[in-house]
Amino acid sequence: MTTTQTASRSTAGRAGGTARAAVSSVPRRPRRRGQWAAWAFLAPVVIYLVVFYAYPLYRNVELSVRDYTVRSFVMGDAPFVGLDNYVKVLQDPTFGPAFWHTGVFTLVSIAFQFTIGLALAVFFHHNFRLSGTLRALFLVPWLLPLIVSASTWSWMLNSDSGVVNAALEAFGLPGINWLTSPDWALTSVIIANIWIGIPFNLVILYSGLQNIPSELYEAAAIDGANGWQRFWRVTFPLLRPVSAITLLLGLVYTLKVFDIIWIMTRGGPGTASTTFATWSYQLGFASTLPDFSPAAAVGNLLIILALVFGFVYIYTQRKQDIA
Amino acid sequence: MNGRRPWWKTVVGVVLTLIMLFPVYWMINVSLTPTSLMRKSPPDLFPIHATFEGYQAVLDQQLPYLATSLLVGLGTVVLTVAISAPAAYSLAKLRPRGRGALNFVLLIAQMIPGIIMAMGFYAIYLNLGILNTVWGLIIADSTIAVPFGVLIFSAFMAGIPDELMNAAKIDGASTWRTFRSIVLPVSRNSIVTVSLFAFLWAWSDFVFASTLNSGGSMQTITLGIYRYIGNNNQEWNAIMATAVVASIPAAVLLVLAQRYVAAGVTAGAVKD
Repeated sequence: MTTTQTASRSTAGRAGGTARAAVSSVPRRPRRRGQWAAWAFLAPVVIYLVVFYAYPLYRNVELSVRDYTVRSFVMGDAPFVGLDNYVKVLQDPTFGPAFWHTGVFTLVSIAFQFTIGLALAVFFHHNFRLSGTLRALFLVPWLLPLIVSASTWSWMLNSDSGVVNAALEAFGLPGINWLTSPDWALTSVIIANIWIGIPFNLVILYSGLQNIPSELYEAAAIDGANGWQRFWRVTFPLLRPVSAITLLLGLVYTLKVFDIIWIMTRGGPGTASTTFATWSYQLGFASTLPDFSPAAAVGNLLIILALVFGFVYIYTQRKQDIA
Repeated sequence: MNGRRPWWKTVVGVVLTLIMLFPVYWMINVSLTPTSLMRKSPPDLFPIHATFEGYQAVLDQQLPYLATSLLVGLGTVVLTVAISAPAAYSLAKLRPRGRGALNFVLLIAQMIPGIIMAMGFYAIYLNLGILNTVWGLIIADSTIAVPFGVLIFSAFMAGIPDELMNAAKIDGASTWRTFRSIVLPVSRNSIVTVSLFAFLWAWSDFVFASTLNSGGSMQTITLGIYRYIGNNNQEWNAIMATAVVASIPAAVLLVLAQRYVAAGVTAGAVKD
């Protein structure tokens, strides 16, 4: 990536020289005109980012530092309360569980997605017959609309008529109230989320594997390394950069998972599967008397959390680009 | 790889794929199950009493939702490509000052949780009185795809040889003309990739639809399914039939554009 960019930059410089030589009557204009044209092409996206990203985010911050009610929302005269909403949210009895569940949901999901994704990537790397087709089929869970996956899992995990409990009972095990018991609700949404996230990890790690030169494996094989040693001594160390990227992106994207949890359990029963994302939605949109301001405060806490990992991701990628 | 292709690996691969895709199979199986057998325990593993009641219900009740989703998806594609393609051309080829900062902003933009964007949009739309409009939803949905679009387009356009553009310039083409007549046609593959993902994400969106358009006269299929789940707990064949129909774009995408999908995942490495 970096090399292509540098290469094309130097070509562009040379081409600029040719153009300037050709239009010798206006020696300095092409460059400045180039800047104008460049920004003219960027103008739509810059305006777009300001109006449809920055402004909603600003409104969100504004919501969180004022005390909005349904009435003042329409009138626009909500009083300024500073960080009161944040204090309120931090002291809320839901904060502890939501924080814990967000952490558990994110870390457990990623641990399984990554491990299974890596194992599958290594397996599919063996290029057997049909491997391409099967790998494509593995993408299906990732492409399905989340509401489709979530509702399918809801019915599969149904206490009385679900196929999962039917399977457990067939093996003589007792059925589990997956979605309705406080002990299992979080596990259920994590299982569904792992299923959805495996393809993403598989595809990225697979592409990482393809960049490892096969000579290294041949050399290791000549030295008498077995499959297990080849994985831990060659594949794993060389895959570390790609793994870091995959994990960090996974973190950023898992932190904000909302649809699956909301559709399967609505964060319940009680707060048994509430995360920051569902809590924020719950406060802002799911009650008859919406609490927009605390909802925005929770949302902003979630942004901060996501951005921390986001910056680590960008930092890691920059470092790898330079290396 | 070395000519020796052990068949047992194919067998293992097929078994793993079947396990992975079991929920998809189960969705189809339930969609074909008659209502009377829905609560049967244990459930039938194969659709031996297949019926199309569920799909009949989809035809009767869900067509308007599907039409809205189609409209929203196409609108999002147009908006996303129109905004991200010129920007990417500029970032990749015209090298404006400050492009590093813009790239950084675009990366960050992808990481903002949808639920937070939804709350900001809700506040703005409420005050402007454009809640529950289809085009309001299209704008919100495009925010999922625009940063991704710029990323994919600029990665692709960086690879277009400069000679091609310089030739056009020497022939007297303006920057805009070069973009329209040279860069865009050459970038066809990346336009396909971006369009596919923009459509799929808009089609699948639930967060924006449920916050910004839950009271409108035109609602999306994701809300259609969500309402279905909320309203009746008996007719899961109809719910699953709707889910199957809602999965069609994903299936089409996979069959027609498999290589673009894989390219999209690895290049952008994003999904909401």
